[in-house]
Amino acid sequence: MKDSVVSIKDFTKSYGDFVAVNQINFEVTRGEIFGLLGPNGAGKTTTLECLEGLRQPDQGSMHIMDVDPQRDSASLRNVIGVQLQISSLPANMTVEESMKFFSAYHHVQPRFEILSRLGLDEKRKTQYFQLSTGQQRRLALALAINHNPPVIILDEPTAGLDVASRSELHDMMQELRDQGSTLILATHDMAEAEKMTDRVAILLRGEIAATGSPRELTAKGSGLTKVSVRTELSQLHDSGQNFPAVTQERFDDEYAIYFSTDPGPTVSAILDFISSNGDKLIDLRVERPSLEERFLEITANGGAE
Amino acid sequence: MNAFANHFLFEFKTGLRNPGAMLMLYLLPFGFYAVMGLVMVQINPGYVELLIPSMVVFTTMSAAILGQPNGLVEARESGIYRSFKINGVPALSILATPAVSMTTHVLIASAIIALTATPFFDAIPPENWLAFLLVTLLAIFTFATLGMLIGVISSNSRSVVLWSQLIYLPSILLGGMMIPTEILPEAVQRFSGLIPSTYVMQAYFGFAYNQETIIDPLLSVLVLLASGILALFLSVYLFNWDSQNQTRRASPLFALLILVPYIIAILIS
Repeated sequence: MKDSVVSIKDFTKSYGDFVAVNQINFEVTRGEIFGLLGPNGAGKTTTLECLEGLRQPDQGSMHIMDVDPQRDSASLRNVIGVQLQISSLPANMTVEESMKFFSAYHHVQPRFEILSRLGLDEKRKTQYFQLSTGQQRRLALALAINHNPPVIILDEPTAGLDVASRSELHDMMQELRDQGSTLILATHDMAEAEKMTDRVAILLRGEIAATGSPRELTAKGSGLTKVSVRTELSQLHDSGQNFPAVTQERFDDEYAIYFSTDPGPTVSAILDFISSNGDKLIDLRVERPSLEERFLEITANGGAE
Repeated sequence: MNAFANHFLFEFKTGLRNPGAMLMLYLLPFGFYAVMGLVMVQINPGYVELLIPSMVVFTTMSAAILGQPNGLVEARESGIYRSFKINGVPALSILATPAVSMTTHVLIASAIIALTATPFFDAIPPENWLAFLLVTLLAIFTFATLGMLIGVISSNSRSVVLWSQLIYLPSILLGGMMIPTEILPEAVQRFSGLIPSTYVMQAYFGFAYNQETIIDPLLSVLVLLASGILALFLSVYLFNWDSQNQTRRASPLFALLILVPYIIAILIS
């Protein structure tokens, strides 16, 4: 049985009459990257802020490594590292000072090598207000992981980052997971969620509309797998052949493109056709439906899977 | 170096880096001191008695009442305290380290004023420098905690200006800094009992200048001490981490309890 690190049971939070999160339940196991996905106002940040001890839940219970965020904030600080969506540092604080400042409160030595990894080494003497938005977010991440917490909560970590920084951040997330850390990632970026997470929960209007691995979620959808084939003699173009599980087909200049409900038999039949007709395969691409398509499908259906 | 010392060092350096803080901590007090020393002493030669204590109180109030609360509100508004909270910075550190740092700056500025006022403007120096230092420290404590409380209860910069000016202007006009409390009309004297600077000036004259005072200097010290302790307690109790989450332990109106020591002093003096 997998070791549960984060446990949320029947969690509800309202702001006045507006129910931001309604009776949600999920668990995150040790060493996984868990994605919290949803449109704006779905309740992702509210959920994370209650986990971080910044807000009080109205009902339900939450635990991070057996620590109740509402009751034991001192212990909580040592088990979590947080990159908030909305936060700031004193305008005149330099990057180096911020590392020393928060390290002292966590009773650890600052790990300046993290700054190098995140491309902030040359900015060590730069004051916070002089940093770009992307640099500020990278600094927030450096501060979140500096004390080596077992659970890391990242709220939109790659917003405002360039491609290289985003890639570096993704590598760091993988490394942290490989070292045994558990990551909770709230993001709008479906490609990022699909690439980085082991499991996701899709929040919609304060309720969990779907959970599972990105592969499981996309497999449950009605989306078709796209099979693109290019051959030397382009015999597929004029064959009129019906391949199994194909519901639609299209032909470009070079590629024959099939949309299949079950790509295994389709690909197998196409390869048989090519070899039996003396043609030669040049390129074959199989593209499953993306998490983004599945996400749009779920949100369009109002959460009904 | 422990966390508090590190925090203090950062706050102290911020006072030197931030032009707004430099204005409130040094430029405004020194500018006003120069004007009062050059002009006021010419208009009212008796002002030489008031110059040192009144300029030290002015320096303290500029830093604590005008400068400090805005910093607290801006930090809360911009989400700095959220970052602090998730990294385990305690509320008391957030409130106390800027105040301790401010105290250091105010002591530096006050020392410059106290040591230059006699050679430059013929100001009368205190007879008892130790008592002068102790009353100055008490005044800084009282005003720093009052500034802290204003910062904690103010929801935005406009509220800070309102609350700060409610203390700052009456203090300058009626708190014994421009005109000795003794020569104010009796009704105004009573009203000045609600103003902290009245008690600071009375304590200076009673203990550091060995002069007769209309309020027992010991009572003045007790009022200032009680006010400081109460303001510190109320600040920590009413502290709010987050402008996006306005939940507090109690209504900001609880801050009005700070008037209790002053009202008691009016009633018994």
